[in-house]
Amino acid sequence: MSKILKTVPREKAFYFFTSIGNYTGVSASSMREFMEKINEVNVKSLEFHLYRGDFEKWVNEVLQDAELAGDVRRLHGLNLSSDAIRGQLYSAVSRRFKRLTSMFSQAIV
Amino acid sequence: MKLRDNVAVLDATDLRILQVLQENSRQTYTAIGRLLGIAHSTVYDRIKRMEQQGIIKKYMIQIDTEKMGAKNITAIITVYTDPKVIEKVAEKLCDAPEVLDVYTSLSEELQIMAKVVAETQEHLHEFIANSVAPLPGVLRVRTSIVTKKFKEEQWSVVDSGRVNIYKTSV
Repeated sequence: MSKILKTVPREKAFYFFTSIGNYTGVSASSMREFMEKINEVNVKSLEFHLYRGDFEKWVNEVLQDAELAGDVRRLHGLNLSSDAIRGQLYSAVSRRFKRLTSMFSQAIV
Repeated sequence: MKLRDNVAVLDATDLRILQVLQENSRQTYTAIGRLLGIAHSTVYDRIKRMEQQGIIKKYMIQIDTEKMGAKNITAIITVYTDPKVIEKVAEKLCDAPEVLDVYTSLSEELQIMAKVVAETQEHLHEFIANSVAPLPGVLRVRTSIVTKKFKEEQWSVVDSGRVNIYKTSV
């Protein structure tokens, strides 16, 4: 569980692009940072990565959180508007983040 | 060829030899000499000296990859960096086999421009995401994929009929 919440090295961070090869300068090295950046980054970037499956891939392979990866994957089929993508994605990640941090704090008490 | 302040000063004959070599570097000393009206031994001496001076760096071939059936894509990437690390980022890009040319520019912002080749758009994206964006000091990257190539030549040292920007010693 603590592994999922860890900060990953910069070469494994998530780099937000708006299209092929166009890096926005925004990156995230942990689930907390990922959640924060979802609210900041250009919505084009969220669309670009969501439909390519980049978010779920990073969450699954780098953060090693199969549950959140599944939640993100389910957003593909919903045909969401740009603003809804931001809201739904933020909601999925923040819900999971809160659950994990609460479980983690209970475990160490 | 003389040295002035450690810089080789080429005369008109040296420049003509370079021009002929740029057209076809497989020509014999005799053929070049005949073309320029000078002895083949002079051509040999001058070429050897220019090789030793590092003016002639290497002899290459130009490959038409399209005729080989290669479907590579070419892109020009502009990498905006923290000014303190621009040289380091440029050097890192030079190490990547996907990168053909690297330049820095002082225009509006400090930036690096690089020509990149990749097998597919996806490979290009992976290269930028995994090898360029994570470099410390990279602020953002803009990529333009080349759709059609109109001209691709190496700069010629002498262009006969036009003013040569080299100062030649006579």
